[in-house]
Amino acid sequence: MSVALACLVLLSAASLVVGVADLDSNVLLHSRVPRTLALVLAGSALAVSGQIMQLLTRNVFVEPSTAGTMEFATAGLLVSALFFPGAPVVVKMCYGAVAALIGTAVFLRVLAAVPLKDMLVTPLVGMMLGGVVSAGVTFVAYRADLVQSLSSWTTGDFSAILAGRYELLWIAGGLTLLASLLADRFTVAGMGEAFTTNLGLDHRRTVMIGMSVVAVVSATVVVTVGALPFLGLVVPNIVRNTIGDNCRRAVPWVAVLGAGFVLACDLVSRLVIHPFEMPIGTVMGVVGAVAFLVILLRGRR
Amino acid sequence: MVTPAVRLSLLALAALGIIAFYVAYKLPTGSSFVLERRLTTVATMTVVATAIGVATVLFHTVTANRILTPSIMGLDALYLALQTASVFFLGIVVVNPVAQYLVVLASMVAFALLLFNTMLVRLNRSVTMMVLVGVLLGGLFRGLSSFMQRLLDPEAFVVLSDRFFADFTGTNPGLLGISAVLVAGSVAWVWRSRRELDVVALGRDLAIGLGVDHCRASLVHLVLVALLVGTSTALVGPTMFFGLLVAHLTYRLAGTHRHAVTVPAVALAGTITLVGGQLLFERILGFEGSLSMVVEFVGGITFIVLLLRSARAGRPA
Repeated sequence: MSVALACLVLLSAASLVVGVADLDSNVLLHSRVPRTLALVLAGSALAVSGQIMQLLTRNVFVEPSTAGTMEFATAGLLVSALFFPGAPVVVKMCYGAVAALIGTAVFLRVLAAVPLKDMLVTPLVGMMLGGVVSAGVTFVAYRADLVQSLSSWTTGDFSAILAGRYELLWIAGGLTLLASLLADRFTVAGMGEAFTTNLGLDHRRTVMIGMSVVAVVSATVVVTVGALPFLGLVVPNIVRNTIGDNCRRAVPWVAVLGAGFVLACDLVSRLVIHPFEMPIGTVMGVVGAVAFLVILLRGRR
Repeated sequence: MVTPAVRLSLLALAALGIIAFYVAYKLPTGSSFVLERRLTTVATMTVVATAIGVATVLFHTVTANRILTPSIMGLDALYLALQTASVFFLGIVVVNPVAQYLVVLASMVAFALLLFNTMLVRLNRSVTMMVLVGVLLGGLFRGLSSFMQRLLDPEAFVVLSDRFFADFTGTNPGLLGISAVLVAGSVAWVWRSRRELDVVALGRDLAIGLGVDHCRASLVHLVLVALLVGTSTALVGPTMFFGLLVAHLTYRLAGTHRHAVTVPAVALAGTITLVGGQLLFERILGFEGSLSMVVEFVGGITFIVLLLRSARAGRPA
């Protein structure tokens, strides 16, 4: 753990130093520090969200971007941009969170009722659901000339992060802390409804709390930096393969590795076409897809 | 009880009727140009509807899952990546359309063959695993395309983004001819093995028990799916949920799951949807050129409704 933390500190330091502008206190305070904080907060929050979703759905291939949650959050943001264009970011985030919650509920209902013989079908259904929503969102945005704002939500990008433009992510950070306090409950809830009830825990309520955390975290991340694909899938799976399924033990690892993964991807995205910048969503799409493939193919036959 | 034969004839009548109406509606007298253009559009739509419809039904049969669409396997993402790469590396040049079409089609089929062969034969994994790997590769292609799009100048990007949505009007007659031949050939093959497909639809174990070489049958029909989807994509551009929409319309209308009925029925239903949609949107509502987006949207909504209904009824879709 201490090694992991040391790596995280090292990566954060690198993230503070790398950049086009010469380093002075002004740049550091208003751009580099907020950016590094935003990366750490978004990375750990999304990774923990993925962990919670995987526990609650009992499927290791579920995370906000394979369950349609991200796309539903985008749809919510689009609604607020269409009807309340002047609303403050917090209000927009609320629309996104409500839409993400609806999306998660739809996904869970489908999962609960459709007997899925194969664990691999679940992410397929989720991604189809996401595809439908994003097709609809693209159509509406195209007709309303909002394609530009749409792409800022669908592709993660930290280049516009300055002091004053990332603080919403502290909400995600706080919720992640809350989730790690509730980790034991999620572990129990992941063992099934009957078992949970038997241990005296309200299964429905636990699932509701978990999914609300996931929805709010997704909406905050989408509205501040845009979608970060596969993060919540890759990191918890790596952690699970090394230290097992106990959520309370795994959560700190997941959070630290998630933050480290995002920091590393962000460094790549800043350096690959230096002095310009790639959006991190693109880098993570490529890296995450490859990592997912490796997990998939090295796993059970 | 309406027999499937009667249902098929009714569908055929409806398709013919709507085509005739589309071609003849407010046709300026003596204008052979308008007539020719409308005939090309109708022919394109028939070819695309047949290709996508039959491909979706085949895909549902082979994967034993009715809520998937074949383009999820990464074919449309490959198309986008190829288009982006051509603009990225070659710039906005006038390429011979037939050559471009053939290159795009060949790469899609080659990709599909490679994917199927690696996953199903060499690694001996399930069809579902193969589809999931296809989805991920699709995501990879999308990432690479957006990487290249970032580096394009805005003018080239505008040219490129026109190719992202399916467009049914103004296709090249030569390409249409090639596509029609390819689609007709594939559909003829499907028709020949329609009884085998009925057995494959029962699921892997039952099909093997009844003496069908399930692995070979899956492989052959998936290649046909790739060929059909590739043809349609290379001709008009990507479609995602259109196939899902017409396949489910067909299951509802056909009254049977035998491929001898569903295969012709899905081609007819698809043609009715596209031509009817074009009639409604272009001529009556006056939405220019957004048919493909609307069809995708409606197809997507159908998918969600299907999922929720099957959730309520507690049975698989």
